Amino acid sequence: MHPALSVIFFTVVSGAGFGLVILSVGLGLLGGVPGLGVSGTLTSIVTGVVLATAGLLASTLHLANPKNAWRAFFRFRTSWLSREAVFSVLFYPCVALYLLGLWSTGGAHGAGMTLVGVLVLLLALATVFATGMIYASLRTIPQWNSPLVPTNYLLLSLASGAVLLTGVTVAFGESPAVAGRLALVLLITAGLAKAVYFFWIGKPQGPTINTAVGATRARIKLLESGQSSDSFLNREFSYEAAAARINQLRIVVYVCGFILPFLLLVALLRTDATPLSLTLALSAPALLGIGLLAERWLFFAEARHVVNLFYGRQQC
Amino acid sequence: MKLGLVIDTDTCVGCHACVVACKQWNTSGTLGPLTDYQPYGEEPSGVAFNRVRTYEVDTYPNNKTINMPMSCMHCETAECVTVCPTGASFKREEDGIVLVDQDKCMGCNLCAWACPYGARELDEAVGTMKKCTLCVDRIYDELLPEADRQPACVITCPTSARAFGDLDDPDSEVSRLVRERNGYQSLPELGYNPVNRYLPPRNKPHAETTPGAPLPSLSERFKSWIDKAIVR
Repeated sequence: MHPALSVIFFTVVSGAGFGLVILSVGLGLLGGVPGLGVSGTLTSIVTGVVLATAGLLASTLHLANPKNAWRAFFRFRTSWLSREAVFSVLFYPCVALYLLGLWSTGGAHGAGMTLVGVLVLLLALATVFATGMIYASLRTIPQWNSPLVPTNYLLLSLASGAVLLTGVTVAFGESPAVAGRLALVLLITAGLAKAVYFFWIGKPQGPTINTAVGATRARIKLLESGQSSDSFLNREFSYEAAAARINQLRIVVYVCGFILPFLLLVALLRTDATPLSLTLALSAPALLGIGLLAERWLFFAEARHVVNLFYGRQQC
Repeated sequence: MKLGLVIDTDTCVGCHACVVACKQWNTSGTLGPLTDYQPYGEEPSGVAFNRVRTYEVDTYPNNKTINMPMSCMHCETAECVTVCPTGASFKREEDGIVLVDQDKCMGCNLCAWACPYGARELDEAVGTMKKCTLCVDRIYDELLPEADRQPACVITCPTSARAFGDLDDPDSEVSRLVRERNGYQSLPELGYNPVNRYLPPRNKPHAETTPGAPLPSLSERFKSWIDKAIVR
């Protein structure tokens, strides 16, 4: 699949934003983000909302006819893209109400606040899940058609949110003990889940050119594609990255996305010096961002659409 | 009704007449125009509803060339319709034709991603998704003579490799062809249940030759050729 920059930016940035909101509100419901006061929690939720919004706005850039984007809310019953749109739009009034409540009550969670908080939590989770399901629901792309895809989207969103929350906590001069440990656990879980995914897509297991063309007992090869230059189908689906490039980027994903942030957070948890801990806490999310951009690029570049079978690929 | 095409890979010669006829009819049809990008440039390309690809099956001396024209299969499980967030893509109840409402499409490409057959192409100039309409603006046009109420690709095919009809009706020509010639679906394992079927090459013997029999002389063969030419 052609890796479209707007979609890569959208899924990484809005995933991190929603993750930050999920963790801030989730910990808030459990009695407040440890070490972070009301102003800190407000800042962290607002940061999350800003990131989510930036991502969602970027996602409209890949539309060829954005003037009809408002119609995307009307097929909730069948389309995951429509569900993502509905969840993300319902998220805004709820999170605004929660922020207002947090600001006016000073962090006390009454029944109303708890209800709104749970709603924010569920809608943010549902949005990220729906993003994953847009890809996982496509039977045409064997590398995406798996429960591993929404799992990865959710875990990476939570992990990047936790690393950001650690950054916010340190920026407010508080101890990152809880947020940092949460980020470590989530980084390990997300890294392992991604490793399972990389292992799982290693072996081609999709349909073959034989069932596509319909001669199942002999070898088939493409003689002529019937076109003198690439069509929309080739530009959209036939993107193929070199194996060496893929391996390099997988190393980038693991080093920048998981190992370095993990080591930085461990160092952060063991240091008390303020300027150093601030550097550590802010470089971790930056590195993770680079790692996740590479991860998302690979997610598209490694996906093989079955239409390639008709252009001569033996198996998808 | 389940309207669709039955395409005979045994008789298709890969002449691309159906591709040209499709483009000619549909560029001014319901979903037109079918924009061409740099038509006179270095690498001309453009939107097409119908493409013919050519394959070689098996290896010499058992190899065979197969031409496979592909357009929308008007699947019974049309996932391009279920993934559409705007409701622009729809499958008609009455005849199963899958269409795109150009006024609603936002050009997100998701339906093209969901289609295994490459039947949907984004018109980058217009910004909307285009696809085969099964010539919905021909087959119901009562101003046309009845024999002409067929998709442009079917009418134009010089080898009659394409047949159009109702695959729900067991007595229709297309159903009979599928039954008698073992018509098959492309990528059946994906579960889209495409309506269009392909007829495999006929299982006929190779050209008969009697081993060891001497060929007639060149003058004999020339005479018999002259005979045939004069009779005609």
